Amino acid sequence: MIHKLLTDHPGKTELMLGNEAIARGAIEAGLCVGATYPGTPSSEISLNLFQISQQTDLYFEYSTNEKVAMEVAAAAAASGVRSMCIMKHVGLNVAADPLMTLAYVGVKAGMVILTADDPLMFSSQNEQDNRYYALLSGLPMLEPSSIDEARAMTQYAFELSETLQEPVLLRTTTRINHSTGPVILDAISPINKKADFTKDPFRLVTIPSVSRNLHIQLLENIKQAESLSEISSWNICTGTGQWGIICNGVSYNYVKDAIVDLSIENQTKVFRTGFSHPLPVQMIQSFLKAVDKVLIVEEGEPWIETQVKAIAQDAGLNISIKGKGETLFSRLFEYDPAVVRSVIASYFEISDSKTTVPDLSDVPEIPGRPPNLCAGCGHRATFYAVKQAAKTLDVEVIYPTDIGCYTLGVLPPLSMADYLICMGSSVGTSCGFSKVLDKKTVAFIGDSTFFHSGIPGLINAVFNQHQFTLVILDNGTTAMTGHQPNPGVDMTQWNLDNFTQISIEKLVRAIGVPHVSVIRPYQVKKSIEAFKEAFDFKGVSVVIAQEPCALINKKRKKRAFQVTDRCKNHRVCLNEFACPAFYLENQQLKINPAQCIGCAVCAQICPENAIVPVKELS
Amino acid sequence: MKTTRLIIVAVGGQGNLLASRVLGEAALSANIHVGMSEIHGMAQRGGVVESALVFGNANSTIISDGEADVLLGFEPSETLRALNKCHSRSWVITNMQPLPPFTVNIGKGVYPDLNQITELIQQKTERLFSLNATELARQAGNILSVNIVLLGALTATKALPLTKEQMQDAIRKTVKKAFIDVNLKAFELGEQAVLR
Repeated sequence: MIHKLLTDHPGKTELMLGNEAIARGAIEAGLCVGATYPGTPSSEISLNLFQISQQTDLYFEYSTNEKVAMEVAAAAAASGVRSMCIMKHVGLNVAADPLMTLAYVGVKAGMVILTADDPLMFSSQNEQDNRYYALLSGLPMLEPSSIDEARAMTQYAFELSETLQEPVLLRTTTRINHSTGPVILDAISPINKKADFTKDPFRLVTIPSVSRNLHIQLLENIKQAESLSEISSWNICTGTGQWGIICNGVSYNYVKDAIVDLSIENQTKVFRTGFSHPLPVQMIQSFLKAVDKVLIVEEGEPWIETQVKAIAQDAGLNISIKGKGETLFSRLFEYDPAVVRSVIASYFEISDSKTTVPDLSDVPEIPGRPPNLCAGCGHRATFYAVKQAAKTLDVEVIYPTDIGCYTLGVLPPLSMADYLICMGSSVGTSCGFSKVLDKKTVAFIGDSTFFHSGIPGLINAVFNQHQFTLVILDNGTTAMTGHQPNPGVDMTQWNLDNFTQISIEKLVRAIGVPHVSVIRPYQVKKSIEAFKEAFDFKGVSVVIAQEPCALINKKRKKRAFQVTDRCKNHRVCLNEFACPAFYLENQQLKINPAQCIGCAVCAQICPENAIVPVKELS
Repeated sequence: MKTTRLIIVAVGGQGNLLASRVLGEAALSANIHVGMSEIHGMAQRGGVVESALVFGNANSTIISDGEADVLLGFEPSETLRALNKCHSRSWVITNMQPLPPFTVNIGKGVYPDLNQITELIQQKTERLFSLNATELARQAGNILSVNIVLLGALTATKALPLTKEQMQDAIRKTVKKAFIDVNLKAFELGEQAVLR
């Protein structure tokens, strides 16, 4: 069946997730080469493009990390075909090295860099504002406010990139990526696959003498971009009145709604920056001259605010321009319609049309529902075995962890996560911890994260003879972001050819790790023994725990377990293993057969052997 | 046209996102502007999944506390937890079949009393429609159709400007072919539970 985003029906309105709309915009632009490392909230863009690549001439790959993804896309664009790389906001940190110099080198065909920011950190470790990457690199940036705009802007981004011969940053936030709205389809352009690379080392090889010229060129390109921004229809000025509001992204929606709700349509002018780097200085000056006071509405950092204040200073304007502040907007988290309405009302000194929130002080405490590792998750079995082995050590254990489902190991009763800063940091920080502490360091990293950025840390550990154990939790997929492939995955199970599976074990051995073992974490005793040996080893030891993700393991036959009357209520299973399939009925432990996948770990740890497969009894 | 704001709360796996999609498709065919938002990612490992749907002329796709006109809850304690989204004139439609969180299952939390949940929702909002959607889904032939049972109930309340026919068409368009009949049955049962 033809992919739903390939409907060639210009003018038709369809309901799309923001990420689908972005993928559609890329298809409409005739995207030829795409690359990504998955990361929420950007993941569905890549999922759709990867599926589409199976049906069209689009080449799309899951790269090992964002830096590689950007380099793949850069080479394609340098060779004259349209390319795109897709990543979450922190992914751009990983790709920041190519980004900064790619801005010098530029592109031949259109290249779009999608960066998805995550204000409020629904699924992220920080809420950095990636608009600063536009200022830092000098690259042009576009920011949509609606779903249909996300589609149209993606398409336009390729044109803009070709006009300026520079990659274009397309910056979204979670509420664009994961919002759904009507999208009006445009025609799908054919893919121009004719790649051609013209050797031009004195423009393309960034030795110092070349880069000095390229930096001059970049500044000229920024000037040209600014002149395009000045006349861009993505920079919208609407309304009339003496009050001015400047905003971007989803904040524009909240501003528009607030103006209607507060009935200040005739007092308020709004300037929405869509082509937001470089800002259109002349347009903003004219806007500032036409109003008495200005409020800047932007989630995150005072990015627009700082620049607009500088623009006002240059123009000799002395009007009040405010955005962030104690009684105004926060630099923290995401905004919502009521927050924006209330700040607008207070800044322009009018009354807010407040809705009555019911008094909920008499509502009893409602038990929480934190996310949890799934029933039968191999990670839980690994954590359990590590903890048992660690009990035999006479020193405290520090657990640096990494980014993936297994970060949930932070929750009790496992409580096995002590330090986390970024992708791959488990390995690098273990080098530091083990050097300075008189404790045992045991680090956790997933298969995909290991390929992403764990390998350099491990090489460092071997070279510098650090002393720690790295546990590689190999579930054969990139689970947290929606089961994307990684280089360790056997792609033939999805009927996909032309991939080479890379063995983590061979890789680790080739690095020269002196102690390597491979375990199946459902085998509890063997796993504990393997960890004990690894912990006792003087030097770097690696234990690879292989168990396919329980959510997608099609091969596994489900066989639920149950608790028999041999149970003496030690509750070792509940207190130390805590599988979500467990529940208590009249203070007696039971297993929900609908959730149990039959991993049999609880059966192995029960001191009374009271847990048996369901069929054994019947 | 008047803006109607709907919040849907559910536990991961209850089919909240599909229900939102059906509502969105129905709005699209009814020529009503709709903006929706949802939370993916970490929230899906057994956590709460919340969708916001804004029908009408508003531009926002999220709903502030105290501003939802309608709350559709797939699980009673989650409906109660989401009352901060409501105002005194909100309508609430909720499934009354509990799905106790793990903390309760293992004796480390107390699930609120169902009668108390009902009373509290009635006190704080204008109208409450409660039903055992899980049981009705079972009757329809598939326990996974809880989401569509609740859409039937929601449609019957006429809290949204969407007709039964528009909803049924949207179900046919959105769900997998093999499940259309079960889901249409589920929709009817949810509708009847409210009309009765």
